[in-house]
Amino acid sequence: MAISRRKFIAASGSAGLIAGAPSIVRSQSGPIKLGSVLDNSGNLDIYGKPMVMATTLAVEEINAAGGLLGRKVQAIQYDTQSDIALYTKFAQQLVRDDKVDVVHGGITSASREAIRQTFRRGNTMYFYNVLYEGGVCDRNTFVTGTTPGQVVEPIVDHAMKKWGKKVYILAADYNYGQITAKWLQHYVKLRGGSVADTGFFPLDVSDFGSTIAKIQQAGPNWVVSALVGGAHMSFYRQWASSGMNKKIPLASTTFGVGNEHLALSAAEGDGILIAGNYSQEAQSASSKDFLAKWGKRFGDTKIVHEIAVSQYQGIMLWAAGVKKAGSLGRDAMLKALESGVAIDGPTGRVAMDPKTHHASLDIHLMEVKGQKLTILETSKQRPPSDTAQSCDLVKNPAENKQFEVKV
Amino acid sequence: MDYAAIVFLEIVYMIAFLALASAGLAVVFGMMRVINLAHGEFVMLGGYTTLACVQAGINVYVAMLVIAPIVVGLIGLVIERLVIRHLYGRMIDTMLATWGLSLLLVGIVTLIFGSSAVGVPTPIPGYTLGAYQMGGYNLFIIALAAVVMVGMWVVLRHTRLGLIARGAMQNPEVASALGYDPKKVYMATFAIGAALAGLAGGALAPLTGLLPSSGGAYIAKTFITVITGGAAVLSGTLSSAVMFGAVNQIVSFASTPVIGEIAMLALAIVLLRLMPQGITGRFFRNST
Repeated sequence: MAISRRKFIAASGSAGLIAGAPSIVRSQSGPIKLGSVLDNSGNLDIYGKPMVMATTLAVEEINAAGGLLGRKVQAIQYDTQSDIALYTKFAQQLVRDDKVDVVHGGITSASREAIRQTFRRGNTMYFYNVLYEGGVCDRNTFVTGTTPGQVVEPIVDHAMKKWGKKVYILAADYNYGQITAKWLQHYVKLRGGSVADTGFFPLDVSDFGSTIAKIQQAGPNWVVSALVGGAHMSFYRQWASSGMNKKIPLASTTFGVGNEHLALSAAEGDGILIAGNYSQEAQSASSKDFLAKWGKRFGDTKIVHEIAVSQYQGIMLWAAGVKKAGSLGRDAMLKALESGVAIDGPTGRVAMDPKTHHASLDIHLMEVKGQKLTILETSKQRPPSDTAQSCDLVKNPAENKQFEVKV
Repeated sequence: MDYAAIVFLEIVYMIAFLALASAGLAVVFGMMRVINLAHGEFVMLGGYTTLACVQAGINVYVAMLVIAPIVVGLIGLVIERLVIRHLYGRMIDTMLATWGLSLLLVGIVTLIFGSSAVGVPTPIPGYTLGAYQMGGYNLFIIALAAVVMVGMWVVLRHTRLGLIARGAMQNPEVASALGYDPKKVYMATFAIGAALAGLAGGALAPLTGLLPSSGGAYIAKTFITVITGGAAVLSGTLSSAVMFGAVNQIVSFASTPVIGEIAMLALAIVLLRLMPQGITGRFFRNST
């Protein structure tokens, strides 16, 4: 059959109309659509898999309790396979084809920055539920993970009192590590300490022999790591096998988030100081409750980590916002989420700060002991003080940037 | 002074690392001219074999020095029979096939072991050198690499087996006329190359940790080492390992490991521009 150009355009145009029309109808009566883009396979799946499960758990729980605004919630989850290119692709798809009402997703800071503007342009509300380097100031974006003011500052504070003023910094060589290293330098200097040196490592570096020798030459009182991912795990292993873990104490802003403490032996991991929003050892009823629910749904609870719980809490916080707003309209939703909405999640209270769109969270200072994250002390409702230094969305609602600390 | 000694030992370690990781590839690519893009995955399989054995309660040295090379050697044998033997002399096809193979192996290992990083505990404690504390296991790697290199030299240079292998690679027709089936020689050589990769993987696992994708970390470095080495399998691999290991570590100490890697790659480009036939295309021409 010969198709003239005119016929083709007419035919495809009407096909587009037919395909386009129901989606407009659907978005008002069918289920509420919650999109997610997470790495369910590939290098980062140790982070992503439990987050995908947490998304499923949260959505099922909301639906079992009758849904939201009398409608069911439908999760549309895409596997980004640890590939940044797929993040932009699926983000476009969620906004343009699926026309979702909200997106919860992104793991690395690189992936977040790859998709954040797509959601902003598409007027699709975006929740990023992972610990990160802080500073994102965007009225369309909500963050329920921890920031340097919540995690880095308590570590620096505790470690400097306990071990001394001179610190050596090791960090992953991308935006998370670079900016976190700046915050580390900032907090150390603020307390009158000094930074012996800072080393950055691409994610595939796994030989730390020369680094370990250099650290010893610099002779710091303690070492802090903002290293990320599987290859960087060998740092902890090589550090312990050289016997340095008995000589210079180690702290980390990332350790434990990917359940690193389970991959290292007790002898290799013991004594590492960390801070975060979640430990499986937390004795609160809400935390135990969550693990029981997880166990009932998926079986293995060992894989539950901080950012899986963050993802669950992010979705629950959004759901609380929907209930409060009574509609999915953008203005109503923004107003509700900026009214100081809060939930009591597995890690305690999660309260959205209207000025920064970041959450106040309970933060545990922890030590790795016998492959467990033992809680040393807990500070209740720590605000995202780092981002609050420069971001005020109440005053500047049109702001759209990521602030960094100047060192 | 202590620091200089540490730097020296780290340089020797890096040379040993490159030589050990490249030994299998030197046999498979250097001798047989088979571009095995799954070499990194053979190394990774050696690591996982060691891990599985250690978890089953087998002594870690037996696991890495005996079981890992045997298992990976057998896997290499099967792969040679099923895939490689049909592709001798067809370089591009071999590249495609072995690349596919590497993806398959990564997939299978991910299915069995999952994709999170795992490790084998280091069996040797650290040692003190003056004011410095270093990983004792590095010394073991240095010793092992020396043994492997000397062993390969003895076998290739001083045994009948080595003579037959070298003969079959250089001129299969003549070897065949003298009564040695080149097909069998190829098969055995490929299996031995795989076994050497398995040995390297087993021995390096306690240092680097394991991921199904960790083969990727080896493939570039080992190919550069072997190609820059040139025609002579042993002296070529060794001389390029010495050069790259030294440059990588010296620059790493002077700046960062990233710049160290860049310096190594830059050196490789310069060397191949000056000596397209590899180091042994110009020097040590009559060596093994």
